[in-house]
Amino acid sequence: MKYVDEFRAKSTAQKLSRAITAEADPERRYHLMEFCGGHTHAIFRYGVQDLLPENVRLVHGPGCPVCVLPIARIDMAIAMAEQHGVTLCSYGDMLRVPASQRKSLLKAKAQGADIRMVYSTQDALNIAKEQPDKQVVFFGIGFETTTPPTAVAIKQAQALGLKNFSVFCNHVLTPAAIQNILESPEVRELGTVSLDGFLGPSHVSSIIGSQPYEFFAEEFQRPVVIAGFEPLDVMQSILMLVRQLNEGRHDVENEYTRVVSPEGNLKAKRLVAEIFELRRSFEWRGLGLVPYSALRIKKPFAEFDAELRFPVEEVRAADVKGCECPAILRGVKRPTDCKLFGTVCTPENPMGSCMVSSEGACAAYWTYGRFREQAAS
Amino acid sequence: MNKKRYTSRLDLKNGTVDMTHGAGGRAMAQLIDELFVGSLDNELLRQGNDQAAFDVPRGRMVMSVDGHVISPLFFPGGDIGSLSVHGTVNDVAMSGARPLYLSAGFILEEGFPLADLKRIVESMAAAANLAGVPVVTGDTKVVEKGKGDGVFITTTGIGMVPEGINISGDRARPGDRILVSGSMGDHGVAIMSKRENLTFETTIESDSQSLHDLVAAMVEAVPDIHCLRDPTRGGLASTLNEMAQQSGVGMQLREEEIPVKPEVHAACELLGLDPLYVANEGKLIAICAAADADRLLAVMRAHPKGAEAAIIGEVIEDEHNFIQMETSFGGSRIVDWLAGEQLPRIC
Repeated sequence: MKYVDEFRAKSTAQKLSRAITAEADPERRYHLMEFCGGHTHAIFRYGVQDLLPENVRLVHGPGCPVCVLPIARIDMAIAMAEQHGVTLCSYGDMLRVPASQRKSLLKAKAQGADIRMVYSTQDALNIAKEQPDKQVVFFGIGFETTTPPTAVAIKQAQALGLKNFSVFCNHVLTPAAIQNILESPEVRELGTVSLDGFLGPSHVSSIIGSQPYEFFAEEFQRPVVIAGFEPLDVMQSILMLVRQLNEGRHDVENEYTRVVSPEGNLKAKRLVAEIFELRRSFEWRGLGLVPYSALRIKKPFAEFDAELRFPVEEVRAADVKGCECPAILRGVKRPTDCKLFGTVCTPENPMGSCMVSSEGACAAYWTYGRFREQAAS
Repeated sequence: MNKKRYTSRLDLKNGTVDMTHGAGGRAMAQLIDELFVGSLDNELLRQGNDQAAFDVPRGRMVMSVDGHVISPLFFPGGDIGSLSVHGTVNDVAMSGARPLYLSAGFILEEGFPLADLKRIVESMAAAANLAGVPVVTGDTKVVEKGKGDGVFITTTGIGMVPEGINISGDRARPGDRILVSGSMGDHGVAIMSKRENLTFETTIESDSQSLHDLVAAMVEAVPDIHCLRDPTRGGLASTLNEMAQQSGVGMQLREEEIPVKPEVHAACELLGLDPLYVANEGKLIAICAAADADRLLAVMRAHPKGAEAAIIGEVIEDEHNFIQMETSFGGSRIVDWLAGEQLPRIC
């Protein structure tokens, strides 16, 4: 397929594989974190790790929007549908994520709550238009990539004078999470977790640009290479990271120049700034409370804020006992370090969020990579 | 046939199904006569009994049932009527059998347009005629509006297995070759392109077709085919996993060898789907001994329904029953069972 196959060509992959092997210093190890779940998925789906030398290892980061949303927020979404009787519209990935008391949006739906899977904010708006006598809440989740469409939906609802549409806003910010990981004790105290460099997000960076990463590169002295989602992008970016590390550099480089510019998408950023403001703090699964890491709807748009219109209690809920999602999301543990992995926790019956989304590290390991562990054991 | 007289003919243009059409009275008799028997016409159905009686040849008989709840009812390349024939004919044929007869149970929703029902039944009749497998008995029920979704069709089929054929999902052995009859994912993508909230432009049509003639040619050339199965829901990936588990083996695939149309590939790319998990309704997977593989491939390719057949991998020993694949990128990965649902109500 044109414009896709070029980025998945085996011959180029083999050339890059040889180049990385030649570049990597056999005397040292390279621990590179791919922040984004999209990268995690691509790495497993195409078997990228097979093409890397043994001393270049990928550490999977927390950039899976479904995985980082804490249970309490899903409980709140369910409560909005059950207690307030709203039509709750959600992206499909969210439906199977376990909430507390063995519930999930899908189970709540089966028990009669009006929960709909949508592909876009436009679908949710259309539902609101079609059923004017029912309140429709869009379950807004995701990083900087999914925030602009939510902003557009709010603007449109306002323009249309819709009184039955609102957003349960859970949009989160990538730079805050990266900073949090770099400041975590595991990474700071040498010897626990080593993170030598980052593969920077693809789509997120198309919105925020490459500039926001310059702070980490400088402050924490870790190189960042913004990488596209295709497997050849990933390999090229790994080569660039290995080179930077060998040369002792810690720059922000952009492999994904066909999409990402230094300043990002100004129009989208303006729109987001018009409608959303920073939350002082927001809970992330795995990272805990992270200051200024999420967005909420600004006062002038309060009528579209589902949290204000349909108040429900936010109860901090504990993760399933034994579930290592928090440590896996920080890159501290691998999916196979979790006792639940593949025993009681599988994609059919997920205990933790990393097993639900195809972008989650556990689901990717289980779905594409578990033969490696079996072969090793 | 004794033509009953009704006060007026069914209004097949503007009429709709109502509760009387399932109530057992004259309205139901009229619907059956004018619509079902009229279209699906054959000697056994015409007798008007609650069952069809026929002689059976000696040998091994197979029987299979398939419920059809597809949404939308009409899709590029077919509709629920033709699908309900193909689905069951294929399930029967995957034993190597020659399908003989079908039954059809209709669950209709009150308010369903009779014109649409006529289209569906006519399409069913055309598919049955083309396949040479008549619908010899049937049933109609009507449910209140909101309790169904237009029409659901359950078909049952029976067929006879030729002497000496023993095809079963548990017969894959290490060393066997895995073949597919053509491109993967056409049906699922055709359906998705017409889903209400997903509409996109594509020229892809469903591959819905009956495969018993292809199977007949295959078993004639290679009587010792080990396994046959049509990769419907869950696609190639899930069907291979089923057979690997049944046979207690693993499989090794080569992604480059698996035929996928560029349009299907593109649509899947757009929707974030993997064509290996997308449903087919007119393709089959065959597993046979390595020594038979080239002959089987040649026979399949010589048949119009297998023109794009390919050998996609082989059966290996593996206590974990993993389906492994060398990716076209040069790495390797597992091809796992489909988790959850990729898209509901695909057939």
